Amino acid sequence: MKQIAKEQQVRLPPLDDDLSLHETGFDSLAFAILVARLEDDLGIDPFTISEDAAFPLTVGDFVRAYENVPA
Amino acid sequence: MSPREILALRDYLSPELKGRTISDARHVVSLTDILQQTCLIDRSRELSGRSVLLAVSDQLLSGLAMTEIDGVARRMLLCPPDLNSDHVQALIDDAGIDAIVTDQPPRWADVGVYLVVAARPPVLASAKPKTERATEWLMLTSGTSGVPKIVSHTLEGLCGAIVADGPARGAAPVWATFYDIRRYGGLQIFLRAVIGGGSMVLSEPGEALADHVARLHARGVTHISGTPSHWRKLLMSGSAAGFAPRYVRLSGEIADQAVLDGLTKAFPQASIGHAYASTEAGVGFAVNDGLEGFPAEMIGSNRDGVEMKIEDGSLRIRSKRAAHAYVGRNASALADKDGFVDTGDIVELRGDRYHFVGRRGGIINIGGLKVHPEEIEAVINRHGQVRMSRARSRRSPITGSIVVADVVLADGCDTSRSDDIRNEIVADCRALLASHKVPAVIRFVEALDVTPAGKLARSDA
Repeated sequence: MKQIAKEQQVRLPPLDDDLSLHETGFDSLAFAILVARLEDDLGIDPFTISEDAAFPLTVGDFVRAYENVPA
Repeated sequence: MSPREILALRDYLSPELKGRTISDARHVVSLTDILQQTCLIDRSRELSGRSVLLAVSDQLLSGLAMTEIDGVARRMLLCPPDLNSDHVQALIDDAGIDAIVTDQPPRWADVGVYLVVAARPPVLASAKPKTERATEWLMLTSGTSGVPKIVSHTLEGLCGAIVADGPARGAAPVWATFYDIRRYGGLQIFLRAVIGGGSMVLSEPGEALADHVARLHARGVTHISGTPSHWRKLLMSGSAAGFAPRYVRLSGEIADQAVLDGLTKAFPQASIGHAYASTEAGVGFAVNDGLEGFPAEMIGSNRDGVEMKIEDGSLRIRSKRAAHAYVGRNASALADKDGFVDTGDIVELRGDRYHFVGRRGGIINIGGLKVHPEEIEAVINRHGQVRMSRARSRRSPITGSIVVADVVLADGCDTSRSDDIRNEIVADCRALLASHKVPAVIRFVEALDVTPAGKLARSDA
């Protein structure tokens, strides 16, 4: 996230689980980039795999979306 | 006899000009002797007034057969080597084909065309074919899907740019091209060699690039053409060393500044020109000042019978070199009511030059915004370590789609620097492109696919 924030010239607040994604300053493009790069690194995209995946609201939700994908 | 003298290809092969040859990797044929020879076993008279499908595997024999058939047949359809066999019947029907010239007669026994003439390596002819008529030259468009369109030209139109340019200066040129001569770009070079009193060295499918370049060098090639993708591959291969052509020509794709600069550096003695041509519109113009794009004053004026205008962002050409029509039952109109052909190539005025930004049909949609992949590639290719790139869209659960770029690094590039290079490319893109055009993901790849027509393969275009 820090790398993308630098590229997108976003000032990133300190990250913790309760931080809402809205407050990260990331726009939809920045999230799209994050999801694409994580898919390249991890081989999964939890938001495409699951049709009913709720869109995460906080950084913690976002991380859990990846943790909960069946291996 | 028409009031004006009709010149066929054979009429440009003067017996006085000795030492002219056409060669591939296996054979060298004299362009002087060919006037006394036949590769159709003296059967060209049977093709008089016929609509001929020229389906010969190799380029050399195809070129010789073209000179024998032109001026005899009513029309001649050139089959490129990668023609999809599923499309053959539709093409035969649409072009009204009633004769086939082929080096593989058994393959054509069951397509319902009764006159099949075998093409064989040339032997001494018993009679010289006479020029009877202006044969229609039919060529296929190189689109990616569906049955290709048939485009009708005359030899006079095909040679328009060659005649306008005049003969090459200095010693007789030896031409070569990375294209196949049964495609518009390659045919132009074959015709330049035949009409301009020169020789021709053909490409050979499957030949390693280093071997090809060694052959070009050994045969003394002075003038050579290819697409920017062909040239990028050559620059990447490191095979260019020692090869010193006088004229290097690019066409068929956008020639960006990076590839022009790369060629200037690799061939310091050569004049480097990029030409604009399409199978439908013919040769529009050539630019020889070493800069990408073309001067704005070329629009609106009539230069050697070529007029250009911009409408809805795309380049339109009205020209004597343009094809006459699409051929076939459901053929659409090739030109608008004023005779202009819409090339589908989108241009943008920057300062006093127009720059090509991409194909109308090649636009990718990024979050509802239209993006030309070529525009992004031109910026990526500026990076000194990049040899070639391809931008494409990738589906994203968040925005619908994002831009990703596949990048081939220059030969010998230090891969440990790839993170730095990635950051530098992103920084260049951010500086020069709108934010939705900046690649979200950059992948370094070994190579990028090039189509049989010599163009960068685009799966999503």
